[in-house]
Amino acid sequence: MDGLALLFAATLNAGTVLGFAGLGLLLNERAGIVNLGAEGIMLVAAIAGFAATVHTGNDWVGLSAGVAAGGFLAGIFGVLVIWLNTNQFATGLALSLFGAGVSAFLGIQYVQEKLPERMQWTVPWLSDLPWLGAAVFRQHPLVYGAIALAFALTWWFDHSRSGLILRAVGDAPASAHALGFPVRWIRFAAVIAGGALCGLAGAYLSIVYTPLWVEGMVAGKGWIALALTTFASWRPGRILLGAYVFGGVTMLQFYLQGEGIEVPIQFLSMMPYLATILVLVIISRNAAWVRSHMPASLGEPFTPGA
Amino acid sequence: MLRLEARPQPSSIMTILSPVLALVMTIGIGFFFFLVLGKDPLRGLQLFLIEPIKNGAALGELSIKATPLLLIALGLAICYRANVWNIGAEGQFVLGALGGGWVALQAGADLAWMGRGIVLAILVAGVLSGMFWAGVPALLRDRFSANEVLVSLMLVYIAELLLSYLVFGPWKDPMGYNFPQTITFPAVARIPRLIEGVRANIGLLIAGFVVIACWVFQFRTFRGFQLLVAGLAPAAARYAGFSSRAALWTPLLLSGGLAGLAGALEVAGPVGQLTPYIPVGYGFAAIIVAYVGRLHPVGIVFAAVLMSMFYIGGELAQSRLGLPKSLTGVFQGILLFTLLGCDTLIHYRIRRPLRIQRMASPPLGATGAP
Amino acid sequence: MISTSKRSIVRLVSVSALAAIAALGGCGKKEEPKPAAAPAPVAAEAPKPEPLKIAFAYIGPVGDGGWTFAHDNGRKAVEKEFGDKVVTSFVEKVPESADAERVMRDLASQGNKLIFGTTFGYMEPMLKVAADLKDVKFEHATGYKQAENLRTYDSRTYEGAYMAGVIAGKMTKTNTIGVVGSIPIPEVIRNINSFTLGAQSVNPKIKTKVVWVFEWFNPPKETEAAQSLINGGADVLMQNTDSPAVLQTAGKNKKFAFGWDSDMTAYSPEAHLASAVINWGPYYVKATRDALEGKWTGNSAVWWGVKEDAIDIVSISDKVPAETKESIEKIKTGLKDGSFSIWKGPILGQDGKEVLKKDEVADDKFMSSINFYVKGVEGKIPTGK
Repeated sequence: MDGLALLFAATLNAGTVLGFAGLGLLLNERAGIVNLGAEGIMLVAAIAGFAATVHTGNDWVGLSAGVAAGGFLAGIFGVLVIWLNTNQFATGLALSLFGAGVSAFLGIQYVQEKLPERMQWTVPWLSDLPWLGAAVFRQHPLVYGAIALAFALTWWFDHSRSGLILRAVGDAPASAHALGFPVRWIRFAAVIAGGALCGLAGAYLSIVYTPLWVEGMVAGKGWIALALTTFASWRPGRILLGAYVFGGVTMLQFYLQGEGIEVPIQFLSMMPYLATILVLVIISRNAAWVRSHMPASLGEPFTPGA
Repeated sequence: MLRLEARPQPSSIMTILSPVLALVMTIGIGFFFFLVLGKDPLRGLQLFLIEPIKNGAALGELSIKATPLLLIALGLAICYRANVWNIGAEGQFVLGALGGGWVALQAGADLAWMGRGIVLAILVAGVLSGMFWAGVPALLRDRFSANEVLVSLMLVYIAELLLSYLVFGPWKDPMGYNFPQTITFPAVARIPRLIEGVRANIGLLIAGFVVIACWVFQFRTFRGFQLLVAGLAPAAARYAGFSSRAALWTPLLLSGGLAGLAGALEVAGPVGQLTPYIPVGYGFAAIIVAYVGRLHPVGIVFAAVLMSMFYIGGELAQSRLGLPKSLTGVFQGILLFTLLGCDTLIHYRIRRPLRIQRMASPPLGATGAP
Repeated sequence: MISTSKRSIVRLVSVSALAAIAALGGCGKKEEPKPAAAPAPVAAEAPKPEPLKIAFAYIGPVGDGGWTFAHDNGRKAVEKEFGDKVVTSFVEKVPESADAERVMRDLASQGNKLIFGTTFGYMEPMLKVAADLKDVKFEHATGYKQAENLRTYDSRTYEGAYMAGVIAGKMTKTNTIGVVGSIPIPEVIRNINSFTLGAQSVNPKIKTKVVWVFEWFNPPKETEAAQSLINGGADVLMQNTDSPAVLQTAGKNKKFAFGWDSDMTAYSPEAHLASAVINWGPYYVKATRDALEGKWTGNSAVWWGVKEDAIDIVSISDKVPAETKESIEKIKTGLKDGSFSIWKGPILGQDGKEVLKKDEVADDKFMSSINFYVKGVEGKIPTGK
């Protein structure tokens, strides 16, 4: 049983990176914007955070640097896509490419750097509980932060005025505009906030998860996060669950290998993607379901007065 | 503060000038980069812009890089013009490599009767496999209205995992010391070269032919016209009786087939076997090529050459100037960013702010504009 | 249609753009390094020979702290040894794909006469280029095909693995040790086996658990693999992957691990027991000397280990008891003078059957095709079938 508890704990940790990125992309997509540049944002945030931690010795400074870097890059993306109405997909891809190159370039002198010795975070008293203690209460504070954020966003989208405005902007920008809301500024804010969360994910990866900098270390998690929003049908709680599923698949592979169970790992790795397609098919079949889930203006540019 | 004012119609000068302007800006930024890095900027620019095209051998290498980009981008352009967002060309490329590779693997005794004809079979298999992979998002959007961007993107991962499974498992070279790779394809199954001693192969000729075919299709056939209209004004297209179903399947199958062709050419050409390293990102880079090429076959040719020059230049900058390889991605990204920025000038004019109060009052509801 | 004036603007811009590029071409060419002047005939002293140009192609970044870093250290050793008799250069992150061939050709076209390819995946590209350019010498690491102007070289990493195993066997408290495996090729399986044999030589009760990441280099995945080994009860870890992630994960969990390919002490001093390193310097120096003295011949395969100073185990932590350190020294001496063999029978396979009879010593042929686990290793080798 102990093995399972540890598997659970590892899954929570692995899923946190995807969780933050997924929630960030969710913010974007709820406002109607698809950001294919998540991978690039995460990479730049990872090196920014790592470098900041190397120089200041303080994790939280590093994490903040990652958040700032993410927000900044997302801001550039936002200017292009919202104010200059460039194609969202092409711009996002450019950001991914650019982010990969810039992060590798900036990271060259940090490749052999190490961070101060990592500590094991534990929740006092709760971490001594049998099974649950090992499974849940020996995590970095941000793991709980991600869970809290998911709850907060669920509440915010459904019950707060600003959350509903954001959803209106994503579902029917023209109507929101007619009602007098500054659609483009709201979208811009969503893009920056989303980018900041992606940045947090990237920085968490390079500071907490694998305290190293290596070129390309995000290794596709940005793209997986994009799948997450669809897989979760745009609900924050499901995004986090999906993040644990996607993140957990790798840990599950190793667990099964360790137990001697023979499954071709590639097929195991395919499961999350197949599942995403399945979910997409299911929710898209019914137009009403689609309306109630997917932001209607997703991917489309908005020009006031158009 | 400068203002952006919408033009009454898209500027045709800017449509051509914009990429040129973007390139100039990228070169300028590159110049600055090299200076900051302490390298001779002229030499750096020469490595990116001149070396890759300076002689026959270099052009041969360029064609190896440019051919897949060109083929995939041509297909994607047709898709994007029809408002079908195929983001999964990388996956279709991999499937084409798998299909073509499978045929090549059979080239031993069983298919000896085909002789050189097996190359044709390889290419056809590549096209069909790519089409099959693109058919999935087409089907799912047709039957279930599932968004093709996400489906095609997911299929990229699945394709890569499929390749990994086959190359680590059933298709592994039994004499290969358990390394994850297939046998090297027999000589009869390799794509014939154009000239002795140069790596360029007939893929280049095929690409040239496809360029012409695409141009004819897009601008001279009725079906191509239908796709254009379907992309620009879907309601009008439906009203005119153009099948929206055809407007979905045709571009997807075409672009999937072309991406698959590129995959088969790559695997039976310069690489000569299946390895886990087949997917190198051509499917994604081609999206940028399609854009820089203004979604037009002629423009795409230039764009593909340009992107390939960036790739090769980046390698050369590494071995000759000691510059890091990551610069390639940086330059490509900057090129696209500047292009996207300059593209705004196609639809908008830059104007100084007005000092006089406008006579006409702004239309109702325009409060959204800052 | 574009009006005439606009058309001329477009023409003007395109022409000037092309002119600018041409000018750049002209400028650039002047920067080309001039070829070395031919030695003057009939001089009082022998003309100074042109330095030998040597190039290295790396699969990873020089800063990976592992495989490529070790190769680059070898390159620097060559520079140090031969000074201005050689000029070295390198290209990093050359993928094992169609690009590799182009890079090799380009290196050759720049005048490099000795080219090192440092990963298995360069085998086919190097063979092709070697066939075309017979006056260039090629050295391929870890490959198995040779040619007249191409020879292969490899290092006996299993010796380092064995010595690490000896330390692991001593330091483990759970009697379970773990290996993060990269790709299930004979080299890696041999290392896992040797690690196990080394541990068993001091602690017959140990078990080895293995997880495979199917890549050479993927720090996040290596972290997860290491974590799952620790979750499964292993308290000393080894790896065949190229980054320090496994060592760091061990540190985080207060377990032990080893550095691999290069000295990784700094990445987690608390967890680091020792590093099994590869010194490519001695071989690279020899190959260069062969080339300089005209003694270089192809069609050969070289496999160096502790005996030739190519493999070593360094930075053994103070936590390791002195007697274990002594036995490591004895093993090294034994390997150097040939009195000690790691793969000497009786050795049993996982199924209990003998693969090496008592006192039988495995030859290189046996060693290069190991595709079985020895007794003590848990699990099956993934075949993907």
